[in-house]
Amino acid sequence: MNTANLNSAADHHGHADDHHHAPAGIMRWLTSTNHKDIGTLYLWFSLFMFFFAGALAMVIRAELFQPGLQLVQPDFFNQLSTMHGLIMIFGAIMPALVGFANWMVPLMVGAPDMAFPRLNNWSFWLLPAAGILLIASFFVPGGAIAGGWTMYPPLFIQGGISHDMTILSVHILGISSIMGAINIIVTILNLRAPGMTLMKMPLFVWTWLITAFLLVAVMPVLATAITMLLTDRHFGTHFFDAAGGGDAVMFQHIFWFFGHPEVYIMILPAFGIVSTIIPAFARKPLFGYVSMVYAVASIAFLSFIVWAHHMFTTGMPAAGQLLFMYTTMLIAIPTGVKVFNWVATLWRGSITFETPMLFSLAFVCLFTIGGFSGMVLALVPVDIQLQDTYYVVAHFHYVLFSGSAMSIMGGVYYWLPKWTGHMYDEKLGKIHFWLTAIAFNITFFPMHFLGLAGMPRRIPDYSLQFADFNMIASLGGFLLGLSQLLFLYVVVKCVRGGAPAGNQPWEGADTLEWTLASPPPYHSFVTPPVVK
Amino acid sequence: MSAKTIEIAKGIPLRKLGLTVLLLLSALILPLPASAEYALNLPVPATAVAQDIYDLHNLILWICLGIFVAVFVPMFVALIWHRKSAGHQAAKFHDNLKLEIVWTIIPVLILIGMAWPATTLVLSMKDTSKSDLTIKVTGHQWKWEYEYLGEDIRFISNSSTSKDQIAGAEPKGANYLLEVDRPMVVPAGQKVRLITTASDVIHAWWIPEFGVKQDAIPGFIRDTWFKADKPGTYRGQCAELCGVNHGFMPIVVEVVPPEQFAAWKNEQKAKAAATAAIAGKTLSLAELNKMGEKVYTDYCAACHQPTGKGIPGAFPGLDGSKMVKEDKAGHIDMVLNGKANTAMAAFGKQLSDLDLAAVVTYERNAWNNKTGDVVQAADIAARRR
Repeated sequence: MNTANLNSAADHHGHADDHHHAPAGIMRWLTSTNHKDIGTLYLWFSLFMFFFAGALAMVIRAELFQPGLQLVQPDFFNQLSTMHGLIMIFGAIMPALVGFANWMVPLMVGAPDMAFPRLNNWSFWLLPAAGILLIASFFVPGGAIAGGWTMYPPLFIQGGISHDMTILSVHILGISSIMGAINIIVTILNLRAPGMTLMKMPLFVWTWLITAFLLVAVMPVLATAITMLLTDRHFGTHFFDAAGGGDAVMFQHIFWFFGHPEVYIMILPAFGIVSTIIPAFARKPLFGYVSMVYAVASIAFLSFIVWAHHMFTTGMPAAGQLLFMYTTMLIAIPTGVKVFNWVATLWRGSITFETPMLFSLAFVCLFTIGGFSGMVLALVPVDIQLQDTYYVVAHFHYVLFSGSAMSIMGGVYYWLPKWTGHMYDEKLGKIHFWLTAIAFNITFFPMHFLGLAGMPRRIPDYSLQFADFNMIASLGGFLLGLSQLLFLYVVVKCVRGGAPAGNQPWEGADTLEWTLASPPPYHSFVTPPVVK
Repeated sequence: MSAKTIEIAKGIPLRKLGLTVLLLLSALILPLPASAEYALNLPVPATAVAQDIYDLHNLILWICLGIFVAVFVPMFVALIWHRKSAGHQAAKFHDNLKLEIVWTIIPVLILIGMAWPATTLVLSMKDTSKSDLTIKVTGHQWKWEYEYLGEDIRFISNSSTSKDQIAGAEPKGANYLLEVDRPMVVPAGQKVRLITTASDVIHAWWIPEFGVKQDAIPGFIRDTWFKADKPGTYRGQCAELCGVNHGFMPIVVEVVPPEQFAAWKNEQKAKAAATAAIAGKTLSLAELNKMGEKVYTDYCAACHQPTGKGIPGAFPGLDGSKMVKEDKAGHIDMVLNGKANTAMAAFGKQLSDLDLAAVVTYERNAWNNKTGDVVQAADIAARRR
């Protein structure tokens, strides 16, 4: 870096950063290579998709409010449940976490931007194309895909044009994820501030580094599986068609070899967010940092050897069932270590309960319940009773909603003051938290009972014995959906104004982003900070 | 002391959350027998395997409750007493290797304790040897076919819940969505081996009371077993998403005393002989139409709709269809062989020549088609490949 650059860097504090040469208006967002702009785009995209897929869930819960078919026909119901899952995973949770990575990884490691800013722009702008394909697939003849987000053949092979649109869309999403992941890996490995060794990185950065490797490893596997579906559909191959010597179960093996690491892709960065928030509000360093890093790495490794636990009822040999049961049970060990470390971080802290902390504490409790139901499902005999029932629906919403989604919300409240320069409305934030936490449990806890009693998942209508709990779950679901409008309101209100946040609104926060102004200058850490 | 009490009172909102969670969890754990309403646990087991699963599940829940208390009591103690507003100063510690080792090893021991009973149970569930009776279960969109191997008994089991009940036009019966026209019948106290497969997409055969759930996969034969000691009626549903009517694909098993089972078998064989007797005859348009309408309702109406209009974009209409009105051979071939990569199944494998003749005749004369064509069983037999 030459002297002129350093001099201009020195000017970059306060309002001097307005002199960058970015275009204004819509072109700023279309052409931006700035990690903060792109992070913001990811987060807004994810919020939009969250509401879209959430609206689908509202129709699902309305149809399931009582037995019988009232609002929608079975075909459309299947479209709703399939697209709710697909969009929440690929459109809401994953982009939100990538948005966090874009905003926070450079700030936390003291880098001026992501390693490949143009690639970063491209990674984001692929998403709207993929999103439009998915949403548009509702309006083509035959409607959207309806065979479940897992796209199992032969059912998937039967579908119409929307199935090809979905394959294309998932390919685009996959390319976007792989490019984003490579960008994150290179940024973390190459652009850390002097003195920031790997074992000094904030845990959020660690979780994203490991997650990015998972993404690079498994997104191509998904791409392979759906390409095979595509050629089976149109080009006369029989990968999954028994009539041509194919094997429908092979798809499930390939899919879940992607699918299980995918589950951790959605939870590991959430672990990172929570591990950042809890120490900040306990005013005490994260307990067991080193073991936390190893736990995340172990979980990532194990995620590659547990996939067939999604397939216990396909009828694999006893040896296969036992192997995958044992490896799955092993995941409880590093996950347990993380929970114990969070509790130990709280122990003898000086704790306060701002909204981000409330979300993080709820995360620890509710994610643990999801972990317990995961333990129950790991046991082959019990899984055979519960596979494809509402128990599984309860389980993965405990890890995905109260796990990923609620920690994302906690992260948004935690960093909103940094992003916008304004404090959010603490009172409304707390109301949003309590509504969400309570409504979430009303919605999903009864689903454990439904699954145990024998209600299959993915059905538009059910027998009378399941009526009461379904009604409770639907009422909870409507409240949960409505509460998120409050979230939108609080976020918009905070973006538009509020009490000045100052550099460091949280007393216990100690990562690098809090050394900058709020909002941080457009180009931050042009001169790298030195980490002791 | 009094300052501390006030702080505890302030801590109530958070504690409430914890208490609610605990209460809900303990409600889950109470091993209440399943009543018809508000079942909180697995249904009352009807086989030894289901009983073992039930017990294993309860054991795991107690262990989970123990861990939950062990982890969250310290957490809530910290949340209540180690608050800044209570004047608590943060400690500085952030590492303890011994502690990390302890809370790695204890879970390992707990897991071994869980894995042991689970392993023995898996091995017994997989042991399909020495069965008294083998039934081949084939999943079709959206009905089950049962074939009693070596007995020459084969039939299709369809949902018998009326469309009016589903649409809310008439009150729902006690076994709404869990009733069929022809249940599987098995003898009590005998080991029944099921072999499963499917003709179109993946289905899953499941009776919760038996602890049996087995995917039925095209191109594969899988097996499982059950031995139900108590005569009675047991109900379940297809457990793998298999298309539009996945939710309307019930399974009913009648467990009867062995003598009654023998009588049932004889009755089935007599019925089969009677059907075979009329199959060779030439029937009138009216006779075929009447039989055909029933076959249409059971097998075709789910997609092509009772009106014959289909669902645009998903399932083609038959009313006014060119193939149905003009191309008789093409029509028969379509029904016999199905259409690859669509939900149109090859019904030649599922239905008799007579049933196929009836339904083709019906389709060619129903709604506005009125071609006057009559298709006999012999015509179908001639086009079978």
